[in-house]
Amino acid sequence: MCLGIPGQVKEFSELHEHLARVEVSGVTREVNIGLLEDEQLKLGDWVLIHVGFAMAKIDEEEATQALDLLKAMGEAYEDELEALRSSEYSSESGAT
Amino acid sequence: MKFVDEYRDPTAARALVAQITALCGDDQFKFMEVCGGHTHTIYRHGIEHVLPVNVELVHGPGCPVCVIPMGRVDDAIALAREPGIIFTTFGDMMRVPGSQGNLLTAKAEGADVRFVYSPLDALQIAIDNPDRQVVFFAVGFETTAPSTALTLLQAKAEDVANFTVFSNHVTIVPPLRAILESPDLRLDGFIGPGHVSTVVGQPPYRFVPSEYGLPLVTAGFEPLDILHAISMLLTQIREGRCEVENQYSRVVREEGNPRALAILAEVFELRPHFEWRGLGFIAQSGLKLRPEFAAFDAERRYQVPGVRVADPKACQCGEVLKGVIKPWECKVFGTACTPETPIGTCMVSSEGACAAYYTFGRMHRDAAVTLGRRRQLTP
Ligand code: SF4
Repeated sequence: MCLGIPGQVKEFSELHEHLARVEVSGVTREVNIGLLEDEQLKLGDWVLIHVGFAMAKIDEEEATQALDLLKAMGEAYEDELEALRSSEYSSESGAT
Repeated sequence: MKFVDEYRDPTAARALVAQITALCGDDQFKFMEVCGGHTHTIYRHGIEHVLPVNVELVHGPGCPVCVIPMGRVDDAIALAREPGIIFTTFGDMMRVPGSQGNLLTAKAEGADVRFVYSPLDALQIAIDNPDRQVVFFAVGFETTAPSTALTLLQAKAEDVANFTVFSNHVTIVPPLRAILESPDLRLDGFIGPGHVSTVVGQPPYRFVPSEYGLPLVTAGFEPLDILHAISMLLTQIREGRCEVENQYSRVVREEGNPRALAILAEVFELRPHFEWRGLGFIAQSGLKLRPEFAAFDAERRYQVPGVRVADPKACQCGEVLKGVIKPWECKVFGTACTPETPIGTCMVSSEGACAAYYTFGRMHRDAAVTLGRRRQLTP
């Protein structure tokens, strides 16, 4: 459960200053970026996502590497992605 | 060195292994990887098989699911059984055994237990079900605790009256200290946790070299990261240095994430004591909600039994978490205790040493079990 999954910031929410739409392996969901308030995130930036929160800003190379590593993990990664996809929060808030 | 070929950069891996071998010489070294994510990488990529035999890796207490004591799971189940409650938690926690069953069995018996991906999902369930009480069973180190803290700040700001948190958050430094104080383990250094360090940074680990004279290198999760960290540890030892170094500087900042630390301090305070699976009570190691958040604290809103339950006799998770034995040396490993029917916590999450070993151990499972038995027969 300590996995950090890389995602790319696609859109900032207009309704909530701490929310952004982040794309993770083809899935876009809302991610809370409140912990990275001091990072001045921009569109296209990569972040490491843990339990629905962006916990670190990373560069693209790190993101690609981390994604490859996660894919190699197989089941644990699939479970995490599945949890992220089926997450109530994202469906309730209208993210796809 | 067959397994090295499977690494992203086999040439770099070979070079690192050669460097490690040269640095070791004929001496024996034992390093502990603190973080469950590292344990997973080590087994998944067969790192133990590419290292020289005189470097031993032992697995530490850094898997948040593994360290939850049985009594707290019983408390969670008691909360889940309260009438009208929707009990939420991360998927991994559903299978952690309590003294009588787990959260899944409680669910089968009628409790409304739901697994969530994020504490924010639990909050959303509360908002969507204003006539029900929603409890979130929070676990995790400083990696996860800031997320719970932000969720609580949001719940407070939005005045969500039917949302509470059963906090089982823990901090990384006290168990490290407990392990360093434990007489049955001789270590030469630590591979420091990656993601926890994005939050806490490097300064909290400085006591390891300054008080215990051991090096610590914070590492990333790639097989190459682990090999690199081991070579950095050995280099320090050979050069007579003893420091906290950061191998994972592409993600971990020296000072961590000050904002996350500030949010943590705003919402949580240290408990005087918290029980850890296998490590017993450790002072100032657990986080509870500050009095300002009393209305959101499940332990204040509900009667939580709070009974201390001893681990089952067969369970050796404590020794595994302290690195005293290897997973396969536990008597029930792979026989009575498997990921499908875990007896101990280390078999539940894929970051638990037993589950990682069971799933990815390069030895055939039957061979591992036999080897485990043989080890027990030979004193
Ligand atoms: S095999 Fe099971 S009981 Fe034994 S240490 Fe591992 S998780 Fe604990």
